[in-house]
Order: sequence, then structure tokens, then C-alpha cells
Amino acid sequence: MNKTTFAETGFLGAALLSASLTALILIFMLLFSFPLFRGGSFFTLLRTPWNPDHGLFGIYPMLAGTLSIVFLSLCLAFPLSLGTSVLISVIAPPGLAKFCKKTVQMLTGIPTVIYGFVGVFLLVPFIRETFETGSGMSILSASLMLSIVISPTMILFFTDTFESIPASYSAAADAMGASSVQKFIYVILPYSRHGIFAGLTLSAGRAMGDTLLALMLAGNAVAVPGSIFDSARTLTAHIALVIAADFDSIEFKTIFAAGLVLYAFTTALILLVRIIGGAGMKNR
Amino acid sequence: MAGDINQRRFFVAVMFLLFLFSASVVRAGSLDLFTGEKGDIKISGGTAHIPVMKDAARQIMNVNQDIRISIAGGGSGVGIKQVGEGLVDIGNSGRKPTDDEIQKYGLKLFQWATDGVGVVVNPQNQVKALSKSQLLEIFAGKIVNWKVLGGSDKSINVYTRDNSSGTREVFWEKALDKGEITDKANVVVSNGAMKTAVANDPYGIGYVSVGHMDNSTAPVIIDGVVPSIDNVKNGSYKIARGLFSNTKGEPKGLVKKFIDFLFSPEGQKIAAENGFIPIK
Repeated sequence: MNKTTFAETGFLGAALLSASLTALILIFMLLFSFPLFRGGSFFTLLRTPWNPDHGLFGIYPMLAGTLSIVFLSLCLAFPLSLGTSVLISVIAPPGLAKFCKKTVQMLTGIPTVIYGFVGVFLLVPFIRETFETGSGMSILSASLMLSIVISPTMILFFTDTFESIPASYSAAADAMGASSVQKFIYVILPYSRHGIFAGLTLSAGRAMGDTLLALMLAGNAVAVPGSIFDSARTLTAHIALVIAADFDSIEFKTIFAAGLVLYAFTTALILLVRIIGGAGMKNR
Repeated sequence: MAGDINQRRFFVAVMFLLFLFSASVVRAGSLDLFTGEKGDIKISGGTAHIPVMKDAARQIMNVNQDIRISIAGGGSGVGIKQVGEGLVDIGNSGRKPTDDEIQKYGLKLFQWATDGVGVVVNPQNQVKALSKSQLLEIFAGKIVNWKVLGGSDKSINVYTRDNSSGTREVFWEKALDKGEITDKANVVVSNGAMKTAVANDPYGIGYVSVGHMDNSTAPVIIDGVVPSIDNVKNGSYKIARGLFSNTKGEPKGLVKKFIDFLFSPEGQKIAAENGFIPIK
């Protein structure tokens, strides 16, 4: 066997393995949550509360918790990321831009648990003392920290998009005497809207998949949250909390419903990115 | 050449010291049990047991490298089920297995220590004593402000543990009489996390293993009884539980020696050092 075929077989094997793993995970979850589908209780779970002592195993509060934390963290991270990436790729002089970009790249490497730690000891007490409602373990605390975690990804995605603008467009804007801000608003931004949307969607997936920050900072209460100062539990944290339960219990079976919902959400987000990406390519 | 001789002397000295060291460790009484033994012990279940299991395993594996002991958590329910199905050799539980479980799996129970579960608040909190009915209403979410209890005008933040926690089970049964725990309660994942949460929250209230209590949180007197090792020992503090190690049928060979070690003076000392009340 020569080197080329060897490499090709290797790559093909790796690709097949990872693809089949993804499929297998889906099959595994469908298999385990099958009893719930058969009993017709799967969709009931999606809209009922969680109270095992009273025989209620719904995941609606967790669904609400996940969606509010993801939404709020995106709202917080988006302006921050857009501003930073505009600074890096449009406004700042090359030296400063490079410095900022390196810093952001470094931020992506910080383990989530560090943010969780900082959150528990600094952010949670701060939120509690400032707003004087609740324990500080809340949707707001988790979202604030989560927005810092997802920002670097978003910033790097945005800067890549901004910098991929064809040189001729940029040169044309410069030739017409556009300032860098005008160039950004009239040339770069319209050209990049698909990239921005794709970056947002990917970050939403990242935020939804995070377990540790929500587990450490959101409080994990099983009540449906009524405000951003309320304690809430995400689907991921719920799985982490319940997985230690007895394998025979109904609790344990229902976390496959939570897993399946998460899987469906992430798949939908990735499909959305594909569709946007495809549309973006056609426009160019 | 001179360097060579020096090296050899150094080598001999090191070997001699190692020999002395291993000899002194082997002399430590109950660990003699394990000389010449070989094999694996798999342990899982109750998380409160883990510090004790780890210390015991370390001492045993120090004197005998042929023994491998693996320790996993999972909670009391998991420990009982896994030992019953033969997945592990020892299943720990922070509660007494039910008669059903004992019968179904043919379990043998070994309670090697006693532990209490006590209510804690932040040291800054002026409220340091509660009646049982007040405690019930706080955890049910009916009393929601410290002012009612003589504290500052701040809302009460209730902290609880996840459902697989043995600490939660004992607290819920014996302190709350299986009463409601408010769904607004924050849920933390371990005794350590509970301590951190209440130590950081001036208006928080939670419960931890008495063995885990220290200066970072303040114990709450319930109906006039302080949750302390002494009060658990003399029986005046009722929210107590045994720490069990369970086996399927009579333990044999290495597993029996491990259980015997837990009841030996060294094993009991490890339990006491970790804040539990030795059984002997």
C-alpha cells in the first residue's frame, strides 16, 4: 500500500467513525427515550413541571431556563463582540488590532471552570448586593458569565467575516473617500450580514451546550423562572444533576428526553448555519 | 572512578532508606492484613464516604502495590444497586438499605461510622436558633423573610441538594418529616458546594454533613439542640445516619480484609479524622 492510499484510507476511516458516532448517539438516545414516546408522555414532559416527590417529571422549567439563559447571554455578548471585532478589523491601527486579536484568541483557551469560579466568588455576591433580590445565583449571573465565554468565538468569527471582504470593494470605498466608519456601515456590514448571523447561531449552540457555568451560577431551582434575578436550571445542568440517580428510576429515563431536546436544538442551529452559509455564498 | 564509587554509595544509601521506610510502614498494625494479597477492589456509591475510602485505599496501596482499589461516587442508590448486581465489590450508602433491597440482593451491611446532618447559615446571620416548625416553613417556602425570625429584613435564600444525595434524603426524612422543599430552592451538587454557597450568601440557609462543618458557616440550633459531633454521639441530636459499606453476601478474601480494615483502629481513626463518629 503506498502512502497516498494509506492516508486516504486513514482519513476516510476517521470521517466515517466520527459521522457514525454522531448517528449512534442519536440512535442511543432515541432507543432510551422510546418508552416515553410509546407511553405518549414525551410531549407531556415538555410542558409539565419537575417534582419527583409528587410523580412529576416534566422538563418545561429547564426548557424555559435554557432558552432564557441562551437568549440573554446572546443579547449581552452580541454588542460586545460586534464592537470588538469592528475595532480589530476596521478602526484600530494594526499594532493595537493585532494585540486585541491575540488577547481574544487567548481568551478562547481559558477553561470554563475558571469563569465559573470567578462567577461564584465575585459576580454572584455582586449581583446579590446590587439588585437586592434573591441569592445572586440567577439567570443574570449565568448569562453574564456565559456571554464572556461565548464572546471570543463570536469576535473571531466576525473579524474573519469582516476581513474576507474582497479587496476591490474595500479599495473602491477608499477611492470614494469613505472614512473607515462609513466603509464599515455601507460596505462591510451589508456584505457580512450572513457571516454575522452564522456567528450568532454558532454561539447560541455553544451557549446551549454549556453545562458547568449554569450548574455553578444559575442556582438550579426547578421553578419556572419569572425574572432574570430568579434561580433557574438548564437542560444540561438538569442532566448532570439527575444522571447519578438510580438507573431504574423514572427520573433517569426522563433525562433522555432532555438529551433529545438538546440534540434537536443543536441540530436545528447547525442546519440554520448551513442554510445561511449557503445563501451567503450565492450572494457573493 | 571516585565518582563511580560515590554514586554506588549513594545508591546503597537510598536503597537502605527505602528499606527502612517500607519496613516502618509495614509495621503499622492492621495493614499487616494485606501482606501477600493481590487483586482489585471496586467501590462505588455514597459520596460522603469518599474521603474515608480514599485515605484507606491510599494506606493499603502504599504497603502493597499489588492491590488496586477503585473508588467511584454515584450516590447511595447507585451504590446499593451496583453491588447488588455484582458490578462492584462494595456499595456504599449514606442510609440504611431498605428491607426490600437487603432481601432482593442478599446484602450484608457494615456500618463503620455515624454522621449527622445539620442546618447551617452564614456566620453574619443573627438568627442562630430555630424551632422545628420554623425550619419546616422555611424549607417549604412559607417563611420567606429573615425579619420574621428576628433577623434583618432580607429574603431567605434556601439551598438544597440534588435528589440522588444521601444527605438530602436523611435531612428530608428526619428534619423535614418528608415535608415540601420549595421549588425556588437553589440546588448545589455536594457538601463542599453547599458550604461555599452558604459561606458566601449572608441570607442563605442550607444543610451539610456535621463532619463537614467548620468556621465558614454557622450551625443552627434546632429546638435547643446544637448539631455537633458530641450531640450526635449522645443521641440528643436526632438528624443522624449511619455510613454503610454493603456487600452482596458475606464478604470474602480481599474485600473482607478491606471491610475489616475499616473497623480496625487505623480505619476508625481515618473516619474520625474526616469528621465522622467512629462506630467503635
